[in-house]
Parts: sequence; C-alpha cells; structure tokens
Amino acid sequence: MPAMPIKPRWRWYGSRRASRRSSRSCPLNEHPFIHNIRILHLHPGWLARCTDGTRRGVVIVPVLCLAFKIDLHYAIGASLVSVIATSSGAAAAYVREGFSNIRIGMFLEIATTLGALFGAYLTAKISGNWIGVIFGVVLLYSAWASLHKPPAEPKTTQPDSLAIRLNCRGSYPTQSGKEEYVAQHVPTGFGIMFIAGTLSGLLGIGSGAVKVLAMDQVMKLPFKVSTTTSNFMIGVTATASAGFYLSRGYILPGLSMPVVLGVLAGSLVGSRVLVNAHVRTLRLVFSIVIVALGAEMIFNGLTGRL
Amino acid sequence: MSYLGDQRLEIAMGRLLQIGVTVAAMVVLVGGLLYLKHSTGPLPNYQQFHGAPTAYESVHGILGGLGRFDSQSLIAFGILLLIATPICRVIFGVVGFSLLRDRFYAAVSVTVLIILILSLVSRR
Repeated sequence: MPAMPIKPRWRWYGSRRASRRSSRSCPLNEHPFIHNIRILHLHPGWLARCTDGTRRGVVIVPVLCLAFKIDLHYAIGASLVSVIATSSGAAAAYVREGFSNIRIGMFLEIATTLGALFGAYLTAKISGNWIGVIFGVVLLYSAWASLHKPPAEPKTTQPDSLAIRLNCRGSYPTQSGKEEYVAQHVPTGFGIMFIAGTLSGLLGIGSGAVKVLAMDQVMKLPFKVSTTTSNFMIGVTATASAGFYLSRGYILPGLSMPVVLGVLAGSLVGSRVLVNAHVRTLRLVFSIVIVALGAEMIFNGLTGRL
Repeated sequence: MSYLGDQRLEIAMGRLLQIGVTVAAMVVLVGGLLYLKHSTGPLPNYQQFHGAPTAYESVHGILGGLGRFDSQSLIAFGILLLIATPICRVIFGVVGFSLLRDRFYAAVSVTVLIILILSLVSRR
C-alpha cells in the first residue's frame, strides 16, 4: 500500500507561502524531517509551552545562584537582560504566523510596565532571602502550570462591552477561515498583568506563565494568541525594570555577556534539536528540575543563605 | 480597523526586533571577545553584592567608556541596544497606530513609552 500523504490538520499554521507550498504534492513532503516538523505543527501548543522563553528564563537565576554561587541581585540583572533578548529574538518566528494581537498587547503593557516599575522598586527594599523564597514559589507554580493541562477550548464569545469599547478583539486564522474573538473580563486581566509585571521586575524573569494565565484563562483569548502576544509583551515589560537595574548596578557587563549570548545561542539551537525530542518526556524532566530548583531556593531563602 | 494594516504593522515590528537583537548580540559578542582577551588578574567576585562600577551604571558612563575602547563598556553598550529594541517597538506602535488613525491605541502606546522613559531616566 502506498504511503498516504499526511494531511496537516491545521493548514493555517506557518506562513501563507509555506502552506501554499505544502498543498502542492511534492516529494519533499515525504522527507522524514519535514514530516517531523509537520507533526510538531499539529501540536503548536506543546512546543510553545516547553520552549517558551518563560520556562527558560525562570531557570537562569536559580542556576546562577545555586550552582555558581553568584549574588542574587547580579543573577537577576543578567537574567533580565537575557529575557529581553529572547523575547525580541523569538518575535521573528512568531510574527509570520499572524496570531499575536498588538492592540491587546499594547493595552496590557500599561499594566505590566507599571507593575515592573513597582517590582523593581521592591527588589531594593526586600532582602535577598525573601526574594529567593518568592522565586521558589514562582518556580513551583511554573512547574505546575507546564504540566497542568488547561481545560479544552469551549470559550464563550459573549460580547464584553468594555472590551468592545477598547477594541480588544481580533481574528486569527484557523482551518475553517478566520475566527473572531473578543476579550472577556478586561479589568481582571489588567490586574493580573500588573502582578505579572511586578514579578518580572522583582525577580528578573519574563513571567510569561502569568501573562498567558491572564490572557488564556481570564480574558478567554485563544491559546495561540495568548502565548504569542505574551512573548511580545515580555520584552517591553522587562525593559521597564532594566533602567532601575542598570542605575542600581545589578547589570554587570562581564556576567551578562555569557548569559545573554548563551541564551540566544540556546534558543537558536534548541528550536532545532527539540524538533526530534519527545515533548512530554521533555516537559516532565523540565518540571522535575524546576521543582528541585524551587525547593532549594525556598530552603536557602528561609535559612538565610542567599 | 483593517486587519491587513494591523498585520503589516506587526510584521514590521517583528522585523525591527529581529534586527535590533542581532545587532545587539554582535556588539556584545565583539565586546565579550575583547574582554576575554584583555582581562587579567584574579576572578571577579560575583558572590557578594557591591553594585557595578559606576562607569556601567548610566548611559552617560557607558558611552564615555566606549570612547576609551573599554571592552566592558562595549558589552554594556550592546546591552543598551538590547534594552532600546523594545522601546523602538513601542515608538513604532505610536507611529503605526497614528498612521492607522487609531487615536486610542496611539495614546496607549504613548503612555507605555512614557512609563519606559521614566524608568530609564529615574535615579535610584
């Protein structure tokens, strides 16, 4: 029996030009590598969830602190700079897909940048040990969030009057044409975004998990729209606290250099290597590592070793 | 509002970020290579927090260091470029939404821009 060509379930994933190319039946389609890419394209959420800049960024500070014994404030500074780099670096890949919503993103950035200013202010006020404890809790949450499967899609599309007045809506491409969506519960989402910004400024992370939570679960935006928009917002949010960090001397050039270059190189290589990796195992291993780091951060914070 | 206009604005923003991060990474890489080549003496102490040398704590100081061909200033300059990239994206938003005649979102972008600038010029 001849091999059946695998029909992509979601044609819309990828650029328009690419989908036109794949609709023509060419021998390239049978190539195992292309096939693997296609499989990953069928589950874009998986890849987005485990290669997300967030999950990577959240590891940098505990690794620098626990393994390299670097002071927490320097670690936070280096991490923040690398978060800006990954957010901007990943934008190129996301932008072609046409999922992110620049209006909703820009509107919520008011909340995240204000939160980031508040968070950066708090970093100077709170002792390193408490920051470590908060960091540990965020790590544990992050591990839980990456394993926890969000409930299946049925998203109410009741018009939200505030969202319509603010034009917080849009459309995204699906296999059956463009699908419209309207944001729900805008004030609550805005509030959670402020918290996301505070965590970002306080801990030097992107806090993408909280941003996705606000957009996906509270504002009921489509998952793909939430993750891509969150990625855009991470860079702007982190920039709001970068000025504070710089003037307080958290950003050391000699330390930030290897972290930034390493993270950027890792994101280039990672997206290629992960194509063949078993995503569920990867996510599980990653979560275990995060839980271990989180527990150690909390322990070290409580015993005053940070 | 036009979906096409939004899409084009978004693609332009993405391109901008891509260029910004590439240039910044190049500058950091060159600065880093120079730093590794010229650094001598004991390992720097990162275990205790004592701030950064004042030359790397302000835009003015970093630009001054560039004039002295200081490798760490070059790295810091790359980091400044990295920080500038999202700011450019917001400026882009101001211009883009104005061109799309979306006054509300142009104002939203201006607000975000003001917050970012405030954070950069603030002293501790």
